[in-house]
Parts: sequence; structure tokens; C-alpha cells
Amino acid sequence: MADPLLRVENLVRSFGGIKATDNLSLDVVPGELHAIIGPNGAGKTTLISQLTGQLMPNSGTIHFAGREISRLPSYQRSRLGLARSFQITCLLPDFTAADNVALAAQAHDGHSFRFWGSARKERHLRDAAQAALARVGLARRADVLVSELSHGEQRELELAVALATKPQLLLLDEPMAGLGVTESARMVALLKELRKEVTIVLVEHDMEAVFALADRITVLVYGRVIASGDPDAIRNNEEVKRAYLGDQHVVVSHG
Amino acid sequence: MKSHINARNVIVALVALGLTLLPAYSALTGNIFILTLFTRIVIFALAAASLNLIMGYGGMMSFGHAAYLGIGGYAVGILAHEGIGSGFIQWPVALALSALYALVIGALSLRTRGVYFIMITLAFAQMAYYIASGLSRYGGDDGLTIYKRSTFGGLIDLSNRVQFYYLCLACLFGGVYLIWRIINSRFGMVVQGVRSNEQRMQAIGFHANRYRLVCFVISGTICGLAGALLANNTDFISPAGMYWTRSGELMVMVVFGGMGSLFGPVLGTIVFLLLEEVLSQFTEYWALIMGPLLLLIVLFARGGIMGLLGRLSRG
Repeated sequence: MADPLLRVENLVRSFGGIKATDNLSLDVVPGELHAIIGPNGAGKTTLISQLTGQLMPNSGTIHFAGREISRLPSYQRSRLGLARSFQITCLLPDFTAADNVALAAQAHDGHSFRFWGSARKERHLRDAAQAALARVGLARRADVLVSELSHGEQRELELAVALATKPQLLLLDEPMAGLGVTESARMVALLKELRKEVTIVLVEHDMEAVFALADRITVLVYGRVIASGDPDAIRNNEEVKRAYLGDQHVVVSHG
Repeated sequence: MKSHINARNVIVALVALGLTLLPAYSALTGNIFILTLFTRIVIFALAAASLNLIMGYGGMMSFGHAAYLGIGGYAVGILAHEGIGSGFIQWPVALALSALYALVIGALSLRTRGVYFIMITLAFAQMAYYIASGLSRYGGDDGLTIYKRSTFGGLIDLSNRVQFYYLCLACLFGGVYLIWRIINSRFGMVVQGVRSNEQRMQAIGFHANRYRLVCFVISGTICGLAGALLANNTDFISPAGMYWTRSGELMVMVVFGGMGSLFGPVLGTIVFLLLEEVLSQFTEYWALIMGPLLLLIVLFARGGIMGLLGRLSRG
């Protein structure tokens, strides 16, 4: 097996008396799409937030591309090639779609202590933004304010923003949240394309999507990993069925 | 492209033209008072524009901006008092001290957000106020008279009303132009992005506070320039000019005109100071009228005067 791109070891994070991440270890190898599933409150978003640096762990280590990043602030992790999308849409609402993406490209194009030239006239930033928007199917919505985009479009924009930072690892926190059937199908098709280019960690509730996309699945319950393996192994894992899948596994086995 | 000819831009252009032609009007009518009044307005407009850079574009509600007026003013006053009359020395010192002050209090204040940021900038400005009051060599509470305005080696005579007015106006237009370049630059996009959603900006790779701090310093430096102009205008500097009510007035000027609009603070300052001038002729309780007016603007015209004009332009 290749060296892991992301290695999480013995990660612990508690909120008061509750251990949201309980001695969690996890490897993500280059090129894979690694799904993380678990019931509500299993600590999936807490884990993602620690991986990207919005939250600091109480103990444990995170290595990314061979480098320890456990204590780095989020902007530095982004520079190293770690990008995330947020479960609850987190964009710049009073900027256009193109501005949102162009800023992400700008963040990875040298420093931004440039005070004179107009940023919106920088061709290569605009081109990068347009390319990322086209990638997620938003090319024609480039000049629309984020606050005027539909929920589905905002989810796609989240992805475009993450892509514009040219990540090595993409952490997607429920990209399908709140999407309708057709929008979800479009998102799955999009992720199928993206996974060819970039390693992805996908947190998702939509089981059909997860089993259709994932190379490996890790199951979290109460902040602990109860199982990790390929989709077939997870599907047939008794503990997973008991703890989580329940009646959903009927859907999955037909998926 | 959208047409640039609309009610808002026409009014902005007319106001700019009016400000430029004002000395001619004053000379023709012999109305010297209006020139004096507008010199003061132009200087405060520069201060308000600088506050707007951090408040409107950067989302940093600084309640201590009057401190820079004081620092810029005291730099001029103290140096003049010590026999250094050259503006080539006084003014760079005024700017440098303002920048330094902004750097120090910015580095500390920017660890906080929201109400705490407002309170901590206020607290620092009050400290500056009390320090100025304690400068017994320079008049303490009573302030310091500046007997000679800054000299610029014969290039420009600040005692000449018209020349001084045009110098102030050039500083205002230059300041507004600089701010316009900044807000459209890479740097300005980052600062506005951080105002809009800091977490997002961090997540895509920006060290938000570093950009905020630089913006805070730029704003303070521009306001320090306004302070140097103001001291020359009044030939006097005192701690009262940096009291917290002055910071509040600057905020009101920005809100009047429209936070986060380039020319808004200029219009806001003109309206605010003209109203103050006119109302105070009728009653010493002019603030009783100004207060409800501010309430109306905040309640019904969020974008201030510029917002209203914008709505007018769209018909």
C-alpha cells in the first residue's frame, strides 16, 4: 500500500464531558475516495474541522503529505493543499460566484499585499475561476451574487471554491445535504469525475451515493471507528448493520 | 457594461465639482465664512473616508478613530512648539506616529471581534485622550495654540485660505482615489472577503488578521493626515478633539453617507456638518434633531444617502 496522504493517529477532542472524537485513527491513501459515515452526532463534522484546522484536537496527531499539521491554523493547511467544503454552506454571500472562486485562486497565487491593480482585471485569476465554475456546471451563473443562487447552486459553488485552491486532498462535508433528487444525481456524477484527479474524503448521509462512489468506507459511532474497509466489507459487517445501517441496508444491497 | 450615468454618479460628480469651485464662489460673493466651513468639512470628510475603509469595507467597527486626528494634530503642534515648523518634517512624523499607533492597538484589538472590538478601540482612544491631557508642557487640558502653520519651503502657503482649502481638497480627492484603488485591488478583495465570511477566507488560505491589520494601519495613517490638516486649520490642538464623542461623530458621518460606499462618507460629512451648522443657529439642542434623523436613516435607509441615491438611480 502506498504511503498515506493523510494519517490521523489517536485523535481526541471533547466538548465538556462528551468525546466527539474518541481516540480516532484513520489513513487516506493517494487517489482513493474515502467515505466517512455514521449516525447524526457521530462526530463526522468535528473530525473534518480538526483535519482542516477550524478546530484543534485535544490530543493525537494529523500528518498530511508526510508533514505534521496537527497544530497548523487552517490557512496554512490550505496552502499545503487541503481543501474543504462545508456542510452548512459557507460562502461570501455579497460577492458573485466568480469572485468567490477567484479569491480562492488568488489565495494560492502569491501574497495579496497588492494595493493598486484591480484584482477583477487579473486575467489568470478570472480564467481559473471560470474554469472551476465550468467544472461544476456554474459557468453561466458566474456574475450572480451568491445570495441569489439556489441552494443547489451554492453547494456546487462550495465545490468550485475548493477546487480553485488546487487541493491534493478534498474534504467534502455532506455535499449532497439538502439537494433534490436530480441535483444529487448531478453531484454524484460530478464527484465521479473529480475522484479521478484528486483524493477525496467524503462525509455523506446519502448511502446510495456513498456506496456508489467510495473505495473505502470508515464508520464512526460516538467518535470511534467501529469499522473500516471496502464497501462490500462494510455492507456485510454485522456491527455496522446493528449500529447504523439498520433498515437502510436494504436500500444499499439493491443499490 | 452598465451605464455610468445615473442619479448617484451625477450627484457625486456635481458635489465634487461644487467642492472644486467653492473658492470661486466665495471670492465672488465675498463670503469667507463658507470657505472656512468647507475647509473643515473637507478635512472631516477625509477622516470619515478613512474610517469607512475599515468600517464599511473591512467590517471593523472602530470607535476610536478620533485618536488619529489627535495624534496627527499633536505631531504638528508639538513640533511647531519646539521650533520645527517645516511640514516636510511635521507631516511625515504625523503619519508615521498614526501608523505606529494603529499598528500597536490594531495588533491587540484585532484579537477580538464585534462589541469587544468596539470597546477596546474606544478604550485605547480614551487612553490617548488622557495622555494628551497629561502633556502639561503642551498645554495639558487647555490645549496648545499653534502660532505658525506648517511651512513647505515656499511651495504652498497654508495661511492663504484658498491655497489651504485646495491642499485639503487635494488630500481628500487623493485619499478617496487611493481607497478606491485599494478596495478593488487584491488586498481590498481579501479585506472585504474577510468582512463577508472570515471562516471561509481562512479555509481557502488567507491569514485574515494580517490583512485586517494592514488595512487598519492604512486607515489610521490617512486619518492622521486629516489630523495634521485639522491642526493647521484651527491653529490649535487640544485633547477635546480626540474625545470619544468625536469618534462617534465620525461614525455617524460614515453611516449618514453610507457605509461601504466610496463617496458616501464625503456626502455624509457634508450633510452632518452643514446640519450641525444650520441647526445650531436655531437651538443649542441641535443634537435633539440630529439624533432622530440618524435613527430614521438607520431604520429606513440602511445604505445611507448613497443607498437612497442608488435606489433612485434604479428607479
